[in-house]
Amino acid sequence: MTTFWFITIAMLWTGFLVLEGFDFGVGALHTLVGGDDTGQREVLHTIAPVWDGNEVWLITAGAAMFAAFPGWYATGFSALYPALVLLLIALILRGVGIEFRNKRDTVRWRRGWSIALVVSSLLAPLLVGVALADFGYGLPINAQEEFVGGFGDLVPFYSVVVGIAVLAMTLLHGAVFLSLKTQGEYHVRAVRLARMLAPVAAALVFVMIIWTHAQIGHGFLLNLFELAALVAVLAAWWLVRVGNWGWAFVATVVTLAGMVLSIFADLFPNVIVSSLDPANNLTIHNASSAPYSLTVMTVIVAVFLPGVIAYQAWTYHVLRRRLSQA
Amino acid sequence: MSNVDWARLQFAMTSIYHFLFVPLTIGLSFLVALLQTSWHRKGRPEDLRLTKFFGTLLVINIAVGVVTGLVQEFQFGMNWASYSRFVGDVFGAPLAMESLAAFFLESVFLGLWLFGWNRLSRRLHLTTIWAVAAGGVLSAAFIMAANSWMQRPVGYTINSAGRAQLTDIWALLTNTVFIWAFIHVLLASLVTACVVMFAVSAWHLRRRNSPEVFGRSARLSLVILLPAILFSLLIGSHLGVVETRYQPMKIAAAEANWNTCQPCSFSLFQIGGGNRDETPTKIIQIPHLLSLLSTDSWNGQVQGLNQLNAQYQQQYGPGDYIPNVFIQYWSMRVMAYGGGLIFLFALIGGYLLLQGKLGQTRWFLRLAVWIAPLPFIMNIAGWLLTENGRQPWIVQGLQKVGDGVSASVSTATIITSIIVFFLLYGALAIVDTVLMTHYARKQLAPEPEKPEEAAELEFIY
Repeated sequence: MTTFWFITIAMLWTGFLVLEGFDFGVGALHTLVGGDDTGQREVLHTIAPVWDGNEVWLITAGAAMFAAFPGWYATGFSALYPALVLLLIALILRGVGIEFRNKRDTVRWRRGWSIALVVSSLLAPLLVGVALADFGYGLPINAQEEFVGGFGDLVPFYSVVVGIAVLAMTLLHGAVFLSLKTQGEYHVRAVRLARMLAPVAAALVFVMIIWTHAQIGHGFLLNLFELAALVAVLAAWWLVRVGNWGWAFVATVVTLAGMVLSIFADLFPNVIVSSLDPANNLTIHNASSAPYSLTVMTVIVAVFLPGVIAYQAWTYHVLRRRLSQA
Repeated sequence: MSNVDWARLQFAMTSIYHFLFVPLTIGLSFLVALLQTSWHRKGRPEDLRLTKFFGTLLVINIAVGVVTGLVQEFQFGMNWASYSRFVGDVFGAPLAMESLAAFFLESVFLGLWLFGWNRLSRRLHLTTIWAVAAGGVLSAAFIMAANSWMQRPVGYTINSAGRAQLTDIWALLTNTVFIWAFIHVLLASLVTACVVMFAVSAWHLRRRNSPEVFGRSARLSLVILLPAILFSLLIGSHLGVVETRYQPMKIAAAEANWNTCQPCSFSLFQIGGGNRDETPTKIIQIPHLLSLLSTDSWNGQVQGLNQLNAQYQQQYGPGDYIPNVFIQYWSMRVMAYGGGLIFLFALIGGYLLLQGKLGQTRWFLRLAVWIAPLPFIMNIAGWLLTENGRQPWIVQGLQKVGDGVSASVSTATIITSIIVFFLLYGALAIVDTVLMTHYARKQLAPEPEKPEEAAELEFIY
């Protein structure tokens, strides 16, 4: 049961980065792809109806950690305090920015929100990457399950690399999404960006996956998720070069999913590694809720999650139309 | 100030701010859904224009509500790690349910509603706004279930590790405190939205802007406001009786009732008589009313703060179990008197409506705008009463606030984050106010020839 919940939480984080990943990317690139004000507004239109639903995956991942692994949630969130404050600021500015930017017609207003959107859309995936990497790399956790380090302990070089790799992938993911969803001038600019980003993202994903495997992986051989991420990112690079945007988007989805799942697969059965003493590691056993609570939650997930996936997918189907004007 | 005080300050600040937006969202999405339903059924173009007009206000409001809600979820773990460890097994479940059952529904269908005007059939499109409204109601349900457990813990056991463990989810969802508090919150949300909708409509009516259109929204909001405020007062009063049973200290403090009395008079107004001051200098009282309100009987006995404190000291060990009496006393009265005022206001409005003079009574339309902040102040007072009244407990009888705080977070870190959130929320408040007033005062777009075609353009995105 605890294993099931570990997998569920890994899936929720995956859903979050795969879905919100491209709207992070679009947010960060909307000035470059959109060009003038009208263009920027239209580019933001591709994510305006969906970003909020995408972000609920993060809220659900957090709530699921709280409910299924209170120890993970409590120790992790209090340890990552400064990083989470920054993440919250970024998410607040982003959400409000997308909703408010086009609601007033002055240059200062719109440019201000555009800058906020770009900065926050770059910051958020970076921080999420760093935070997830910290769990596996290890934090100074004492025997009372408390974090005893400082800010420096939150940003080891490994976690920063993971953060940058996640950031690069969300940018590529966003560029590919825009290449898929736009035509004309926007399409040309999105394609140019995707082609520039693809090799950089591929290189970073390779570094991240190999390092993750060396740092926290089990055994000599790469596991399935790590392999999937590597193959998919190469495929994405190739598909971007040949301009097959539908499949390129599938490839960036698989890459991001592979990256998140690799982190979680290598982390298992720990949930936060203690860098002080392996005996202090938080694991799926010592950080979890009791069977009754997990059973209740399992029923809830079984009832609601399929419905959520169905109506969210249906939303994307309804909104599938491409941005035509350029 | 200690870490606990700072952490409390941050939680109070961010929660109060968040809850300025939540009730308006819940109530307004319902009203907008009603407007759209009316348009769907009767095909009056005014209803469609109102749907769009108030829909825009709804969207601006939801944006801030959603992003500040993120902070709420994160800060349990950030600032209250010991609490989170202690209650996660119980408290986490309703939060996860809220995400899965309510937030997805609300946010996914809001996006679809906004951008689906020409892509969905009318009926399907109408369903999406009802899904948004339902999401709001459900989220209120789960968060109130979680909060009510902190007021009156049920369906749990304390396990060998000394942590709360869920044993009966059904008990959580049928907690008496939860049922009454949930209904009260829904009614308060409806009151908030009705007052806002009426204020906006009145502002336009006074300027003769599209009176035939804003006359409709004024009528709709008034007709709903009258029963909503009445029942909100009645249910709120009953909630007080329920809470007297499980949290007598909370209500004794709200009445500044220091010593057990029988029968008890109700203090209408007092100067002094707050914290540690048991003898107010000036006081206006109504005999028997407190007995009646808190026990439903003319001569009922109501326990006093001093007696309860002595009893708690025996039960839980030495300490001070009396919450801040000043906050309790006045937050209760702000709600009751504010509610009374709004009820009176709605009565007059109803009378004017029946007389057919609503659109011409300028003083009333002007008053409507001035009264708009009142429900927001009352909403804050409600949470102050509920949360402050539980002090010094974070979970009534199980964990004290001081034991719930994160041990690993330094004072400097909390203070920094308070400053950051204060500045960010302040800036957001200014931006939101600018946008809300801008769109609330905007003239209605001229009536489109073919409403279907112009539908999407009216939403500025």
